[in-house]
Amino acid sequence: MTFEPERYELREGPAYQFDLDRRDFFRALGGGIVVGLLVNESATARESEGGGQRGGGSGATTPGDLAAWLHIGIDGTITVFTGKTEVGQNIRTSLSQVVSEELHAPISAIRLVMADTDLTPFDQGTFGSRTTPTMAPQLRKVAASAREVLVDLAAEQWKVDRSVLVVEDGRVLNSRTKQALHFGQLTKGQKLVKTVANDVSPTRTEQWKVAGRSAPKVDGRSFVTGRHHFTTDIKRPGMLYGKISRPSAFGASLASFNGRAAQAIPGVTVVRDGEFIGVTAPSEQEAEKALATIEVRWNETPQVSQGALLEHLKKTADAGARPSQRGSVETGMSAADKKLQQAYTVQYIAHAPLEPRAAVAEWRDSRLTVWTGTQRPFGVRSELAQAFRIPESQVRVIVPDTGSGYGGKHTGEVAVEAARLAKAAGRPVKLVWTREEEFTWAYFRPAGVIEISSGIRNDGRITAWEFHNYNSGNSGLPTPYDIENVKQAFHNSDSPLRQGSYRGLAATANHFAREVHMDELARLAGMDPLEFRYKNLKDDRLRAVLEAAAERFNWVGRKKSPDRGFGVAGGYEKGGYISTITEIAIDRPSAGVRVVRATAAFECGAIVNPEQLKNQIEGSIVQGIGGALFEEITFENGRILNPKFSKYRVPRFSDTPTIEVVLIDRKDLAPAGAGETPIVGIAPALGNAIFDATGIRLRSLPMAPGGLKV
Amino acid sequence: MQSQSPLACSHLLTVHGPPSWVWQRLAYTSLTMPRVTELNVNGIARKLDIDSERSLLSVLRDELDLTGSKYGCGEGQCGACMVLIAGKPARSCVTTAGSATGKRILTIEGLENNGRLHPMQEAFLKTDALQCGYCTSGMIISGVGLLRDKPKPTDAEIRHAMEGNVCRCGTYPRIVAAIRMAALVGGAR
Repeated sequence: MTFEPERYELREGPAYQFDLDRRDFFRALGGGIVVGLLVNESATARESEGGGQRGGGSGATTPGDLAAWLHIGIDGTITVFTGKTEVGQNIRTSLSQVVSEELHAPISAIRLVMADTDLTPFDQGTFGSRTTPTMAPQLRKVAASAREVLVDLAAEQWKVDRSVLVVEDGRVLNSRTKQALHFGQLTKGQKLVKTVANDVSPTRTEQWKVAGRSAPKVDGRSFVTGRHHFTTDIKRPGMLYGKISRPSAFGASLASFNGRAAQAIPGVTVVRDGEFIGVTAPSEQEAEKALATIEVRWNETPQVSQGALLEHLKKTADAGARPSQRGSVETGMSAADKKLQQAYTVQYIAHAPLEPRAAVAEWRDSRLTVWTGTQRPFGVRSELAQAFRIPESQVRVIVPDTGSGYGGKHTGEVAVEAARLAKAAGRPVKLVWTREEEFTWAYFRPAGVIEISSGIRNDGRITAWEFHNYNSGNSGLPTPYDIENVKQAFHNSDSPLRQGSYRGLAATANHFAREVHMDELARLAGMDPLEFRYKNLKDDRLRAVLEAAAERFNWVGRKKSPDRGFGVAGGYEKGGYISTITEIAIDRPSAGVRVVRATAAFECGAIVNPEQLKNQIEGSIVQGIGGALFEEITFENGRILNPKFSKYRVPRFSDTPTIEVVLIDRKDLAPAGAGETPIVGIAPALGNAIFDATGIRLRSLPMAPGGLKV
Repeated sequence: MQSQSPLACSHLLTVHGPPSWVWQRLAYTSLTMPRVTELNVNGIARKLDIDSERSLLSVLRDELDLTGSKYGCGEGQCGACMVLIAGKPARSCVTTAGSATGKRILTIEGLENNGRLHPMQEAFLKTDALQCGYCTSGMIISGVGLLRDKPKPTDAEIRHAMEGNVCRCGTYPRIVAAIRMAALVGGAR
């Protein structure tokens, strides 16, 4: 996997070398056995490709690089260590399931330690829907190896041959004598460390007993009781609260600063380091009051405003972008009976995770520990090491299960800010971004312009397809349809606002444009939108989800009525196939668009946890309704005009349709991730439904902020 | 968190800043502002000494270590901070500690009974009505508040009552199912 170029916010991974000898697992965890999985060389090289340099700079692994490890203690507790982060996608549960499967131990005996740079192996970051296809197999292998180690220990202890031994329910059983030893009993007195190579074979999908079924959310109880400590809940002895003084606008530079009044307040520390200005105080209220006394002026420079955005993106587009082509678009166009040329646009939208960016930073004995909700603990560790010019070995980043990210929490700015304040104050500092800061200073999903030219024959076959994406990105850009003459290109532009990863990346924009355009072509051809797609489709997996959604929705039986419409969309991204069909109603007199029903069919190979997968798909639909209908960041001359929930509308209970999900379980295919792909179908399905209801063709997201403009 | 600040236009002061005499006046004013010395939280009289203008949310979280109620927006728009005051749902981020004095305050931490989960909490687990879990405290409290007011709400009534609670992960259908489930087993207590 290469890093998609549109992940602008990512940095290179650090050179990481793990040395087992120096780590005293057993002091922390007690005696037992540790099994580690050596990183597969080719997997690592692929993960590093496109940006990361590791170790000797060649991308190759060094001996001792471990991808994952687990510890089995004398009480039988199985502790699994992974650098992945839990941000609501529930990999804590699905990864526990796969370990339970391989180790033949109950999920309740398994504890995952996640995203702690001191304890867990290096990980590039939790993004790209990669956990299920890469981390899960790695944990399976290490768990399968651990199982074999336990069998060896039992065989030795009983002096029997391995072949009579069976592993089940957290014990090794002698099938002849019926003697049994719990894992804990087997590991007693051991301090055994074993590393295994990547050639262990985990359980085949058809034989899954634990994975493939729904399992309740691990630690669910701690969330419904309010006990779980998010970063924002953490308290450290002697902790102070921090606040940052932000520039008055993007692109502004510091003109003057006077912090004397703040500095004079007892208990307050003022930090000014270049253009970084912040305060700490014993309470958040006092920190706010202190911040308000700071006299600061900023020199602003003119910034591109929203009205000029789309023109600016086209004007500053990279002229040298090389398109990918097959066949000849010119030939295809001349063979066309009908042609269509349209432009589609998307605005910037915000992730708006409900838990804002936050960090608690503590310096102790020249070591820095930062708790923060990020999707890239090791990347943030690098940022901190660089910011403070200390070795990475002196920095520890810990990520508690976090209040969501959606791709927005890849960078470590709040960690760096908190650490800078803590350094000056000489005490731990908690820094929680306000909602206004969240809407202003985080990166956004890119805005973009997409231009499509196409040609069709009268029988509905697409003869030519040309697709240009300006600024928004190239994820999901290539068409999945069977077209002979294709030219597709992504053009970098100058973005007035800070932009970066968002759930699905540009696949949201590219699917919107493509699937609306396909609908327009279907109408041009006088064909049913689904039949038109089937006519131009060779991909069986895409066809399967389109058919499944259509059947569940009863597409053929849909009844037209005034102010009601139906729309369909389909696509493919990151190993997952999605089809979304919607029914909408136009409410009068407000002309509001109400999503009545949404049916999604999804296939991503073998399913690990069906209920959690359904949850992700439903959640994607709800979240996607926002970007489709009403979410947008409004801005002018370097200022965000709607940096709060009262002004930036997010989907609520009343926006939620009846949602049906059809899961297609392909046990013959390796599991792919599902955290992102399900979101890409909802916007075009809604756009197509709005056209069906009203005859109005909307080509810009958001489509109906404040209702349709009829 | 936005506590009620006597400086209503504090955003202007980031540019101009007050002269020191204003600051001295402020400090004096703070000292003479009313204090809150006791709050009734989850059935227990908690002793404190805080400025009555502080948000109830910040007092619960930072003074009383009840971090189950969350900060999501500070402007009463997202519901992550919901508590029950005298049995009615209240947004603690825009409620002053002073206005909550002398009233029964119930937070998420007070729902459990001797280790037994409240039916609403059980229902949220059964329907998997959470993903990241950050909105969950506020959702559960709002749900309990609704059932106390309407023990058998329709789905439409549920959605209407919960409109002020945001779940960015999009688990709304499951939350409606959870509240419906809790209503069946008498989740109004």
